[in-house]
Amino acid sequence: MADPVDPSLVQLLTPEGERVEHPDYHFDGDDDVIAGLYRDLVLTRRIDTEATALQRHGELGIWASLLGQEAAQVGSGRALAPQDYVFPTYREHGVAWCRGVDPIALLRLFRGTDQGTWDPDEHNFGLYTIVIGAQTLHATGYAMGVQRDGAVGTGEPGRDAAVVAYFGDGATSQGDVNEAFVYAAVTNAPVVFFCQNNQWAISEPTTRQTRVPLYQRAAGFGFPGVRVDGNDVLAVHAVTTEALQRAREGSGPSLIEAFTYRMGAHTTTDDPTRYRHSDEVESWKLRDPLERVRAYLRRVNAVDEQFFTDVEDEAERLGETLREQVRALADPDPTTLFDQVFVEQTPEIAAERDEFRTWSASLEEVAR
Amino acid sequence: MSRTVTMTMAKALNAGLRAAMDRDSKVVLMGEDIGKLGGVFRITDGLQKDFGEDRVIDTPLAEAGILGTAVGLALRGYRPVVEIQFDGFVYPAYDQIVSQVAKYRYRSGGRLSMPLVVRIPFGGGIGAVEHHSESPEAQFAHTPGLKVVACSNPRDAYAMIQQAVASPDPVIFLEPKRLYHSTKAEIDLDATPPPLFSSRVVRPGSTATVLAYGPSVSVAMGAAEAGVEDGLDLEVIDLRTLSPLDMGPVHESVRKTGRAVVVHEAHRNLGLGAELAARISEECFYSLEAPVLRVGAYDIPYPPSRVEESYLPDLDQVLDAVDRSLAW
Repeated sequence: MADPVDPSLVQLLTPEGERVEHPDYHFDGDDDVIAGLYRDLVLTRRIDTEATALQRHGELGIWASLLGQEAAQVGSGRALAPQDYVFPTYREHGVAWCRGVDPIALLRLFRGTDQGTWDPDEHNFGLYTIVIGAQTLHATGYAMGVQRDGAVGTGEPGRDAAVVAYFGDGATSQGDVNEAFVYAAVTNAPVVFFCQNNQWAISEPTTRQTRVPLYQRAAGFGFPGVRVDGNDVLAVHAVTTEALQRAREGSGPSLIEAFTYRMGAHTTTDDPTRYRHSDEVESWKLRDPLERVRAYLRRVNAVDEQFFTDVEDEAERLGETLREQVRALADPDPTTLFDQVFVEQTPEIAAERDEFRTWSASLEEVAR
Repeated sequence: MSRTVTMTMAKALNAGLRAAMDRDSKVVLMGEDIGKLGGVFRITDGLQKDFGEDRVIDTPLAEAGILGTAVGLALRGYRPVVEIQFDGFVYPAYDQIVSQVAKYRYRSGGRLSMPLVVRIPFGGGIGAVEHHSESPEAQFAHTPGLKVVACSNPRDAYAMIQQAVASPDPVIFLEPKRLYHSTKAEIDLDATPPPLFSSRVVRPGSTATVLAYGPSVSVAMGAAEAGVEDGLDLEVIDLRTLSPLDMGPVHESVRKTGRAVVVHEAHRNLGLGAELAARISEECFYSLEAPVLRVGAYDIPYPPSRVEESYLPDLDQVLDAVDRSLAW
């Protein structure tokens, strides 16, 4: 675990909720903006806890919890401009929230109803990627397209775009991720590599993946890297804003290591008690990403108590809505799957679709 | 006196790996989360504790790296047994498997060997998300230089994993993940198992031959039992080895029954069924009363789990294929 007073760690809000200065990074928003971020954090956590509960009740096949990583996701997600584009892993529920993806679309995937139904181009938020690290190359290629479209370095507001690749500490070992770093560096692509170092790749601590702090890897590839307190929504927002701006203006890629912690299991099928100590988890509870924002807002009297009650009520309603929506989800008609393989249907698959239809009808006949 | 233990397939594989490690100090296990966690399916449970971190290696999260370094360890005289966490995650390592593992001996003019095992939990039916339910066996069986086997029950799992580790050639070892914890079997730890690359009649019969392997063996057996009511007497063969194929028992059976149905979870197009049908028609043409029929997955990627039951071959489809064969 990194030293909490590690000078390389960018922090703007301490775990106790005190604003601190940093020579290079500043959070520009006012207290209303911070209150808005707080609402995002609470609602994101609620989506997550609701999904975990729904999995326990058998409504979802599996759930990958983001508990503890809310600030890393909301801080970076809220730094994005509408024209920026995100390539997520399967745990970016908070970024999805910031991009306006209906949370039920995430839950559908984990229920096993489908594999992603949101329109990536409507939200500039790509499909969840389960194979570790693959999306970092996709993000880099997308950013190469952005370059070719002349959407970098024009200075026109709303035109220049950055691409963000989300990935975890485990993924940094993958060839794909290292290749993405190479491609982004040599093409000077407008991409931000956003690594949530949550300390654990299922059961393996970060020491199984690296001997140097991950952000330092960037130097070897030829672009800047920075480590930010991933549980500090203000610092994450500030650092991401700067990296996005660099990308948009044509200064190339950068790596952000959001130093955070996976408070829950890898997924609902995992049992972390087999491989990590509870005192580690307890120590990270003291750095909770929500508590410090709440403490700050109270300290400066930025909001009244009613604000907190309203946010909690909103979270409660969101949870209720999700519960109802999940329970109402119908299974897909398998026949439709045959038509989503190719743009131009092949006679073979069309024949299999008809075969499936006939077969299903015959089973229904028997059942009757 | 022989020692008999009742175990699930997961425990049997664990016991088999333990025996292989006890027998040969050059056997090392490699994979993601196989140490303290014991693997996501607990197949290596307790082995790191007992054999140490040098012999049970929690690798970085990089499948190409797992296979590539296993090649190096094998060249240094070790016997790596690598675990790929899920079937769909083998592809980053596919290049190392196909271009290096499979060709190293050939490239060296037969001087070097590649005695490593790649364990892959395969198949569906566990309600998982994408990339966790695939059946990639044909891609390996199609690659010269690789041997491919699949176990279907705890007894075979216990023996076959040890035989695979002892094999001087690279073995892709496929484990039907949905059967890991489902049923127990009595295992005689001192029994002499049949050779690794051999198929076996698991239910004798006369009406038709049903060929299966891995998870589809239990489907075929279910069909055979259900078929009794309808007067069917199906012979079921557990192929066990997919490359090389052991066609002796298959040909013998088909010459007797005159009919063959192949069942697998993999896609029908260019699946094992295609090769089996070709070989049976080449060798048993005059014995056949009907073409060899295939029961397999539709040629679409694995579906979302809520509808996987309608995608996976089931006993109704097997019996339907048998009916079609009989009606030919």
